[in-house]
Amino acid sequence: MLLRHTPKEIKERSALTVNPAKTCQPVGAMYAALGIHRCLPHSHGSQGCCAYHRSALTRHYKEPVMATTSSFTEGSSVFGGQSNLVEAIGNIFTLYNPDVIAVHTTCLSETIGDDIGQIISKAREEGKIPAGKYVIHANTPSYIGSHVTGFANMVKGMVRYFPEKKAASGGAINIIAGWCEPADARELKRILFDMGIEGIVFPDTSDVLDTPLTGRYAMFPKGGVTVDRLKMTGSSAGTLALGAFASLPAAEELDARFKVRHEALDMPYGIKATDRFLDALMRISGKMVPVSLADERGRLVDMISDMEQYLYKRRVALFGDPDQLIPVTEFLVDIGMRPVYVVTGTPGNYFEERMAGILGDIPEAKFKHGDMFLLHQWIKNEKVDLLMGNTYGKYISRDDDIPFLRFGFPILDRTGHSYFHSVGYTGAMRFLERILNSLMDRQDRDAPEESFELVM
Amino acid sequence: MRKVAIYGKGGIGKSTTTQNTVAGLAEMGKKVMVVGCDPKADSTRLLLGGLAQKTVLDTLREEGEDIELNEIVKLGFKDTVCVESGGPEPGVGCAGRGIITSINLLEQLGAYGDDKKLDYAFYDVLGDVVCGGFAMPIRDGKAEEIYIVVSGEMMAMYAANNICKGIVKYADAGGVRLGGLICNSRKVDNEESMIGEFAKRLGTQMIYFVPRDNMVQKAEINRKTVIDYEPSHVQADHYRNLSRAIDQNKMFVVPKPLAIEELEKLLIDFGIAN
Repeated sequence: MLLRHTPKEIKERSALTVNPAKTCQPVGAMYAALGIHRCLPHSHGSQGCCAYHRSALTRHYKEPVMATTSSFTEGSSVFGGQSNLVEAIGNIFTLYNPDVIAVHTTCLSETIGDDIGQIISKAREEGKIPAGKYVIHANTPSYIGSHVTGFANMVKGMVRYFPEKKAASGGAINIIAGWCEPADARELKRILFDMGIEGIVFPDTSDVLDTPLTGRYAMFPKGGVTVDRLKMTGSSAGTLALGAFASLPAAEELDARFKVRHEALDMPYGIKATDRFLDALMRISGKMVPVSLADERGRLVDMISDMEQYLYKRRVALFGDPDQLIPVTEFLVDIGMRPVYVVTGTPGNYFEERMAGILGDIPEAKFKHGDMFLLHQWIKNEKVDLLMGNTYGKYISRDDDIPFLRFGFPILDRTGHSYFHSVGYTGAMRFLERILNSLMDRQDRDAPEESFELVM
Repeated sequence: MRKVAIYGKGGIGKSTTTQNTVAGLAEMGKKVMVVGCDPKADSTRLLLGGLAQKTVLDTLREEGEDIELNEIVKLGFKDTVCVESGGPEPGVGCAGRGIITSINLLEQLGAYGDDKKLDYAFYDVLGDVVCGGFAMPIRDGKAEEIYIVVSGEMMAMYAANNICKGIVKYADAGGVRLGGLICNSRKVDNEESMIGEFAKRLGTQMIYFVPRDNMVQKAEINRKTVIDYEPSHVQADHYRNLSRAIDQNKMFVVPKPLAIEELEKLLIDFGIAN
């Protein structure tokens, strides 16, 4: 009973967060940067920041996460981090030879006001950036937003630095993938391939953070979107931004600078969001959805209708990041469940607007930008049948004996999330399978002997 | 839109000069936004007729990150758009970060958007460029031209020279250039010719010499710019001339800051020591 002190009575809190449902901006920036081929993330700040952010990613992906740091001392804090960063850029290209260094800031370098753009041009002037190599940056102060904001800022950084406008417009479609797992990026590319669409998916962490064990270590694995592909994004036929929080700022930047028309979509989790994604792809490309994808949808619908009795009116509490919560909550409603409590740690009115729409027919539903303490209090007041969220939810699950489905970031105590996709119709099928397993295992555990069913 | 930052030693009259200049531009029919980058939040007092402005940072603190633009923007004299960054009380917190936060927020809210049809955005920045935050208004993509308010007093010139060092650093990376020195007279001997020479050595120009006149103080007590308070006064015409000079200015340079010995020699050659 680790959370036994969480009281049932809910009081208004204004200046206290307990068990936040978010982490630092640079964690997101670092993750996004790893979605570029041969890119080394660089943390402009003190060493501890970089060590923490790397380990946060390593614990989730069970893969080594490489990143460098400006290693601020007291002197750098006083005199500014320019000399450290200029020196670091030189050292990194000499020692590790990445194609891209993606610099993100930390709370310290943000507060002292280091201007990274200016420092990068200083480094270029001093000849620290070899020809054909790139240094990009994003501002990621953790006292604003969350890890999702940091991710969005780095993706925006990519489109601020790379795209070029060619005279002839290419036919490709930019897919800004949002904060998804390597397997999800791979599935998005598979869907595009099946539809015969030339797509530029970025950031793309497939084959970066889910690499096969071959016995040979590669500092820069084969995956990730290449610089050449990122350059082409400025002349694409259109951009689909998956996830308003993680992807829309970059799509808007591309639209403003290169007139690449953009459309904001939910991440394609669940049946409706995937429908909308495929609709948008058809609209922009003029291509049709192949029978194979339509069949996947059909199998998903079949699975839902077969198992509907186990889902109907089951109460669910979930927490995580808004881009995931929005389509997943919609999916839960679609399959007859009742997502009654939803909490995100990432601020933004859009989350509450969308939740109000999706949960309009569930009068008891509560949703808020808040913390896990609040979510737990709601649950203590009226229990739920299923809890969904990242690993930190296991304490609530254990204390209140609620089936727990791990989803989101970070997942520190299970595997599979990075290898099996959740996007698309097949992703939704896996999601559904996991929901059903959680609920039916519980039913089996609690069933009295006389109603312990062989066939369910 | 032209983005202009006004720098200069503390107490030199930056806010007063900025607001009077803005009033002159507004009178010419220009659409101007003034962004006060001073924790004291008194950069728009004369345009608004008092300290009527709720600052960006106070709004952020009280209402969280979801702010609407109209909560932090107020219209002043002849529809000038007034914004105050605000910041912490003296001796606490980090005023520099306040400026970074506030300028980022304004951009995010689209305060400079094309739909606002601004001709000018003025940043009125506190005192010296003491830390990274105070250089925010001259980062790449922010203000493109800078005017330094200076007088014939040694410390004011010393500060102006230091500000030029800051400009050089940012001019290398981005587009920021020095548009000139505005001499706000303190009735120092040989002031006009000395600042003229100082400007020349920096590689720039003295864009205007604003003579000292008590009318400025009088208008200020009445919470108005001179142009607003006493439009027919000769001082109002001086500010109009300054506005016109800025509006027609074509001389934008990367300054060449002076060595301290050179600066001291300038004071000896021209100043009271002579």
